[in-house]
Amino acid sequence: MAWPFTRSPGAGRPEREYEKVAAPKKGRSASAQSRPGRSLALILIAIAALTGGMFASGHTTPRLGIDLAGGTSITLTAKNEPGQPNAINKTNMNTAVDIMNRRVNGLGVSEAEVQTQGSDNIIVNIPKGTNSKQARDQVGTTAKLYFRPVIATEVTAAEATGTPSPSASSSASGKSTDKATPSSSSSVTPSASATTQGRVVTDALKAGSSPSASSTPSSSASSSAAPSASASVDPATAKLQSEYAALNCADPAARAKAGAGAKSTEPTVACGNSSGQWQKYVLGPAAVSGTDISKAAAVFDTQNASGWKVTMDFTSGGSKKFAAITGKLAQNQRPQNQFAVVLDGEVVSDPSVGQELSGSAEISGSFTQTEAQDLANMLKYGALPLTFKESSVTTVTAALGGEQLHAGLIAGAIGLALVIIYLVLYYRGLSVIAIASLGVSAILTYVLMALLGPAIGFALNLPAVCGAIVAIGITADSFIVFFERIRDEIREGRSLRPAVERAWPRARRTILVSDFVSFLAAAVLFIVTVGKVQGFAFTLGLTTVLDVVVVFFFTKPLMTLMARRKFFAEGHSWSGLDPKRLGAKPPLRRTRRASAPVDTKEA
Amino acid sequence: MSKLGTLGARLHRGEIGYDFVGKRKIWYGISILITITAILGLTVRGLNMGIEFQGGAVFTTGKSSVSVSQAETFAREASGHDAVVQKLGNGGLRVQIAGIDTGKSDAIKDKLAADLKVNSEQINADLVGPSWGDQIANKAWEGLAIFMVLVVIYLAIAFEWRMAIAALVALIHDITITVGIYALVGFEVTPGTVIGLLTILGYSLYDTVVVFDSLKEQTKDITKQTRWTYSDVADRSINSTLVRSINTTVVALLPVAGLLFIGGGVLGAGTLNDISLSLFVGLAAGAYSSIFIATPLVADLKEREPQMKALRKRVLAKRAQAAAQGESLEPRGNESYEDDEPDDVTPAVVGPRNQPASRTRGRGRPSGKRR
Repeated sequence: MAWPFTRSPGAGRPEREYEKVAAPKKGRSASAQSRPGRSLALILIAIAALTGGMFASGHTTPRLGIDLAGGTSITLTAKNEPGQPNAINKTNMNTAVDIMNRRVNGLGVSEAEVQTQGSDNIIVNIPKGTNSKQARDQVGTTAKLYFRPVIATEVTAAEATGTPSPSASSSASGKSTDKATPSSSSSVTPSASATTQGRVVTDALKAGSSPSASSTPSSSASSSAAPSASASVDPATAKLQSEYAALNCADPAARAKAGAGAKSTEPTVACGNSSGQWQKYVLGPAAVSGTDISKAAAVFDTQNASGWKVTMDFTSGGSKKFAAITGKLAQNQRPQNQFAVVLDGEVVSDPSVGQELSGSAEISGSFTQTEAQDLANMLKYGALPLTFKESSVTTVTAALGGEQLHAGLIAGAIGLALVIIYLVLYYRGLSVIAIASLGVSAILTYVLMALLGPAIGFALNLPAVCGAIVAIGITADSFIVFFERIRDEIREGRSLRPAVERAWPRARRTILVSDFVSFLAAAVLFIVTVGKVQGFAFTLGLTTVLDVVVVFFFTKPLMTLMARRKFFAEGHSWSGLDPKRLGAKPPLRRTRRASAPVDTKEA
Repeated sequence: MSKLGTLGARLHRGEIGYDFVGKRKIWYGISILITITAILGLTVRGLNMGIEFQGGAVFTTGKSSVSVSQAETFAREASGHDAVVQKLGNGGLRVQIAGIDTGKSDAIKDKLAADLKVNSEQINADLVGPSWGDQIANKAWEGLAIFMVLVVIYLAIAFEWRMAIAALVALIHDITITVGIYALVGFEVTPGTVIGLLTILGYSLYDTVVVFDSLKEQTKDITKQTRWTYSDVADRSINSTLVRSINTTVVALLPVAGLLFIGGGVLGAGTLNDISLSLFVGLAAGAYSSIFIATPLVADLKEREPQMKALRKRVLAKRAQAAAQGESLEPRGNESYEDDEPDDVTPAVVGPRNQPASRTRGRGRPSGKRR
């Protein structure tokens, strides 16, 4: 091809001149003419099908995000346990989501959704109208679950400051009657989770070796003698003892601090609440950790009519450890035949042990259904080698949500109106095509958003609305690129139909390249980022893809069809394609100019 | 409109135009000046990071009769921290308290609700842990870095590495300016701002790519001729796509303006406002940089290529030769070269009345016995 840059004043582009003459002869337009109708029909059928699908699925509006519908959205960020740097993985995160889902939906929140975001975040969305506080408490509890042998315990009277008597063990009389008994079900073999948590188990096994050693004093030296005897020897124990003496579990502040920062391999003090009374404990090193539990469930005991109970199964390692600790504890007197289930430093249950247990166990007692389920949930949660931190909590009232949605829609309407006004003023008749394309684009976006809600859990939130509004610009840009190309061709002196056919390949490339860049930005953002940014990126990416679809299958065919209309083809002054207004060169001169390129070719 | 249309036509034919490449030094200077100001503002004033980046809580109430200063006192009493209170467009209050723990916020919210005499359930709370904002920001930087690498690779393949570099420079330029404006004006930086900033990425490049596309098309066989240097062609590209650039920018800015109006005017503050504000600033900067920075930069880089240097030499030699011979051989041709030459030195603004004449000359020139 000849050197194409010949746009000096008056010089036309060489190849175009030939093309102009050749185009009709080649029958190019004939083939192009048969296509636009088909493309248009195709996209209209697609729209009809999608719309039909939308109505058939019953989701006629996009699912709204928390910030538009109202509700509470909690972002939890997973943290690795010390010593377990790889605990944040897909399996564990999915388990966490699963557990939290059951916990949240256990509250009777049917609409609550829990999903992972990025590699280490979990989003919990709780719609309006539910008790967000309770849900938050459930979700927000970061679990560190241990089974620790009880060394001493004492009920804290409301006004008591804690008697500094080390022989407190005798006062455990008013205790609950929780008991751990062998489960009637067959002893459970190591479940699938044993493999996924293989490393965890070994960790726990390592930890498990120390409790067996350190729990010896509690079994050998009995009740009151042990703490006081070792107090004179071991400063750590003395410290523990004084801590225990000073601990007042009735005081929430003291309770929160009790046993804070205690390592699982060291004895500690803790508080627990059973039957409305606060009780304080001295606890041995953790014998079994929550990660050793493979399963926990609240079941209603129909056989013995003993009411609600909690069953739990252990992993193979956990089962051994549990057998070891229960074997030891079973020989002791109260309270040292009890183990405490410690969740985040708080004793949630302290069943006593009657015999050595392994594989699976159940905790029975006078549980209500809720208590049993709560305990089972806590046990489940404890099985996860992750801790979670509340990174952000957003509560939006339904009123504000509606207001924001309203504002977003108004903003969109204003933006759309401004763009349309500009297009009408600048492109006149051509703007009909642009507006129709924008309309198609809008319909497709809306329908897809509505369908994506149930399909992939897409929820329209404020940033997503924002992305959609910004996308109006991107979509309109494509038309402008196309229209300006057509106008350029007309300025070259071409009549409309060949101008359209010539402009399209060039405009197409520009649109594809720039849309690709835009899509790339959206895709990278979607993959990398978290939170609100992601919602925005998704909409932007979606609308960019739709833009390409609309331009290819709607705008171009429509333009081809319109080019046949007299109004446009003859360049009516309101068509936006009036050659005179565009400053096209008169045809006569054009033919003469054809001499220029011939020469340049030789150059 | 018709005037604009003819303007487009004249720009298209190169009858009028602005010498973007020739005057690039001025624009480089302006951009460097702005960038330095932005960086200075950034280092001296720093960014006004929102609650989301420090950790804390933002409470938004419905319509409330409590005054801003009263509410500030209430909030301080409830939280023990200083609070920033804004009145919203709808009569509500926006209370920001930095540095409080997510755990304590419920108590503060309840206390605040009692003080402000609104239902606690009617208060919107946005509680953010101190590391959450960092996480968003870090991820955003990560995304930015990945995007830049990918885009440079893509542009290097689709166009060439010089254009990729120029686009990257323009992109960094846009982001620096936007961030700098945020620092200088003291707008609050929120995750919404980050979203807007990241969107500029795509948009700023969108504009640049449109110009580059035309540039690529027009310089396809540049070495096969001796009439124009790369810079001349680059200049023509910008001028011929100027109308398109202006239109796309205007059309992109209009919806954002709508957002800004609604976000700022009706909702007072919030995500819509934050996103649209940074978008508005960034889009404007992006349109400017793709025309005044990116393309001249490509021309600069290209002119360093031995091939283009040789071309420039040939072109200049030809022009000189023509200037010498022109008067005797072909006076019209001489004039036409003068028409071309100003592209290098001065803006080639040729009046419309010259148009027919220059066209004839243009036509006559190649057919003249130059070779």
